Amino acid sequence: MAENNRAVIKLKEKFASSIIDVVEFRGEVTVTVKKDSILDVLLFLKQSLQYNLLTDVTAVDYLGKKEERFMMVYQLYSIPNKDRLRIKTPVTEADCTVPSATQVWGTANWLEREVFDLFGIIFDKHPDLRRILMTDDWVGHPLRKDYPLQGPDREPYKGRLS
Amino acid sequence: MGVDNPLGENIITTSLDKLVNWSRKSSIWPMTFGLACCAIEMMATGASHNDLDRFGIIFRASPRQSDCIIIAGTVTKKMLPVIKTVYEQMPEPKWVVAMGACACSGGVFDTYSVVQGIDEALPVDVYIPGCPPRPEALLFGLLKLQEKIWNDKNSFGSAIGLGTRIDGATA
Repeated sequence: MAENNRAVIKLKEKFASSIIDVVEFRGEVTVTVKKDSILDVLLFLKQSLQYNLLTDVTAVDYLGKKEERFMMVYQLYSIPNKDRLRIKTPVTEADCTVPSATQVWGTANWLEREVFDLFGIIFDKHPDLRRILMTDDWVGHPLRKDYPLQGPDREPYKGRLS
Repeated sequence: MGVDNPLGENIITTSLDKLVNWSRKSSIWPMTFGLACCAIEMMATGASHNDLDRFGIIFRASPRQSDCIIIAGTVTKKMLPVIKTVYEQMPEPKWVVAMGACACSGGVFDTYSVVQGIDEALPVDVYIPGCPPRPEALLFGLLKLQEKIWNDKNSFGSAIGLGTRIDGATA
């Protein structure tokens, strides 16, 4: 159960006021924390709990479904302990800024550039926040739910005319 | 003794255009350039079983030695400037084959990042449908291209600076 997870026990001790939610689904533990303390939580997990591998950084757009539009997702893995942990933090559209995790894991550099490119979330103190997948002159952030699938300059396909 | 008839019956008369067209169609050198799964099928066509070499089609590793580019796969908007550069580096005369649904029309990728057919950027001579087209289909397309080159008008004249070449399909 999630309550017995070694990371959850420690996080509840140290960051009790910052934890929004703890969920376990099919053996995957997800901890949702407040944005203000995300960097402290990540640093603690890396330094004290040996989550030394950042597998992925991504985001989810809950446009029209949640009050806070975006959810940042950090997938962690501890090589010495062979266990995984998912950390999430909600981000509002009005204040679309998250502290960069590059100072914790170097891997976060390109992963956060991808999130910036596709979701338009700004990473504070990121050393090189440029687009990584789309062209430099691209307008908009394609993985946002309000970005049209065909792109803004083209009519959507309406099926065969005949 | 002596040689009375050195050439024997071995004289062929033809037009210079036909000579140029024949040599061009018999040595289509495509650019080695693959973009997606169509490239795998293109490689299979070039390999021994289907053997493009028997048509004089030999893949070249430089656009400056190529006179045909097979757009084999999905063209993304990010890749388009690269393809345009490669095409512009090829010497005239040059031909473009759009291989597969993606190169013809964008295929299933009706999305913001994919060019909806390479004909938005390059003048396409042969469209080959399929996803991906079988080697037979690519062969058929290349034979159609040969047919087109064979029907070119004024190809010799244009080569020595007299007028322009009239494209086989429009001639």
